[in-house]
Amino acid sequence: MVDVKAQPGFKTMALICLVLLYSPILILIVFAFNSGDIIMRWEGVSLHWFGVAFTNPEFQNAAWNTLRISAVATIASTLFATLAAIGMTRIKPWPGMKTAFMVINLPLMVPEIITAVATLSFFALLAQVLGLNFGIGNIMLAHIVFCIPFAFMPIRARLEDMDLTLENAAADLYATPWNAFKRITLPLLVPGIASGAALAFIVSFDDFTITQLVAGPGQTTLPLYIWDQTRRPMTPEINAISAILLLVSVLFITISFLIARSRK
Amino acid sequence: MKAKKAAIEARGVSRVFAAKGQQAVAALDDVSVTINENEFFTLLGPSGCGKTTLLRLIAGFDFPTSGQILLYGEDIAVLPPFKRPVNTVFQNYALFPHMTVAQNIGFGLEMLGKPRTEIDARVSEMLALVRMEELASRKTSQISGGQQQRVALARALAPKPKVLLLDEPLSALDYKLRKDMQIELKRLQHETGITFIFVTHDQEEALTMSDRIAVMSKGKILQVGSPHDIYDRPAVRFVANFIGETNFLKGIVRPSGKVKLAAGAEIEAVAPEGAKLSGEVTVVIRPEHALLVKPTQGKLKGVVDNIVYFGTDTHFHVLLDDGSEFMVRQQNSGGAAADFAKGDKVGVQIAAGTARILKD
Repeated sequence: MVDVKAQPGFKTMALICLVLLYSPILILIVFAFNSGDIIMRWEGVSLHWFGVAFTNPEFQNAAWNTLRISAVATIASTLFATLAAIGMTRIKPWPGMKTAFMVINLPLMVPEIITAVATLSFFALLAQVLGLNFGIGNIMLAHIVFCIPFAFMPIRARLEDMDLTLENAAADLYATPWNAFKRITLPLLVPGIASGAALAFIVSFDDFTITQLVAGPGQTTLPLYIWDQTRRPMTPEINAISAILLLVSVLFITISFLIARSRK
Repeated sequence: MKAKKAAIEARGVSRVFAAKGQQAVAALDDVSVTINENEFFTLLGPSGCGKTTLLRLIAGFDFPTSGQILLYGEDIAVLPPFKRPVNTVFQNYALFPHMTVAQNIGFGLEMLGKPRTEIDARVSEMLALVRMEELASRKTSQISGGQQQRVALARALAPKPKVLLLDEPLSALDYKLRKDMQIELKRLQHETGITFIFVTHDQEEALTMSDRIAVMSKGKILQVGSPHDIYDRPAVRFVANFIGETNFLKGIVRPSGKVKLAAGAEIEAVAPEGAKLSGEVTVVIRPEHALLVKPTQGKLKGVVDNIVYFGTDTHFHVLLDDGSEFMVRQQNSGGAAADFAKGDKVGVQIAAGTARILKD
């Protein structure tokens, strides 16, 4: 096999790619520490805008909404994903299993704007026909649904990798199916579940498109808040908020990655 | 001799795997066998012969298509594994990676709802039995393959099963460790008095460890008997061929009962029950039951075609007069070393009572 790293120009190309990918983000973060009022004019290092952000009631409200939605979406979607993964790996193949697998993963392939419009129409119909509107619960429901495939993937992978003889061994040692699940399968599945939950959280936490269409008045989340701010005269506060959002995302992706790796 | 009690009895057991669009395959085809209490019983055969399928049916990981499996007279064929007083040592050990050695060993008792004090006492006892006391609190990933093997044994023995099933448990160990574990297994079986059903494809392992062996091929049991029976008195060609090395000679049964071999000589051959005693038959003679002698002394005559030296013994490949090959194994016991060279004309003498007629 050709070692790509030995090819001439490899390092240069890699460097260009990295710079293109990360310099905008880097610049964004750097200017979060700007002490001046104007977004792209550097005046000195300061944590001033982080302070402004944290004491801003609109930011606080958006952060609180985001956390509530993400927490509910993460827990519920991980639960559904775990059940689905068990149903697809631990019981006899059933007719329509392949179709079910496709259906679960479909949201990954459907353009998000389509899902967003569909979700909006669905809730509009619900409100019109049944008079139902769950308020922020609408956003939570939407998030639960689109987070499921993200939580499902690592859990299913973990279950497929797991040695089935372990469950046979448990049954052989007088464990009922429930006990075998509780004592053997579930503890060994924890890294997969944690990894799936972290992914679901990230996806919910920074979702914009679907939330934008579904959210009603007063249901602003962090990504929506940032979007709103960019349409006004901008201050480095927007950079500070973006940096915070980025930090949380990176944190969770790192956790997900570390868990997946450590238990391999 | 007191009457033997049957621990496991398979009655007409078949297991047919039928996949859509494919022809159904019988992994077990109408198998009947009785395994006695306190016996070290081995299922021996090449991969795909059905030995593991039979073990899985006894353990309850799979269910027979037809037939009965009796445990002390009670049909257990449809019971789930957790309701059978039978434990298994798995080929890959299947130790629970998130538990310690002691927790692994105690798992079965815990699931049976035994009180903590009883579990602890039994775990200590089992740790002592397999000589693993110092490693009780280790994670199973922190111990060696041989130690994992011992833990797997202790875990399966801890609930005092009526029958212990062992699925090629030694195949992952290196040669030296395997030899040690063979002795260890015999010791454990002796000390616990539990019926062992051992699955292996290794004929030497089967011969050295078993009280009785069932040789299997293509989903059927071909012969059941003691290691002596199986080795010295193979009933069919497959058994003779699979276990040890052997010479197959074609011959015709004479009215006198003797066999006139195609290679020339007329010899006495023992026939097992059920063998046909007329017309063309196959006779088997083990290489160590034959002796090279001067051409004038031997019943069979030929030329030394090849000599292979093995240290403890030497194999002489002799081309008999009818063109068939015959192997003679001579022990290198010093002194009267057989001084035959390649190309020498030789005679082959066959020890009395060792030639046997096969059923097929």
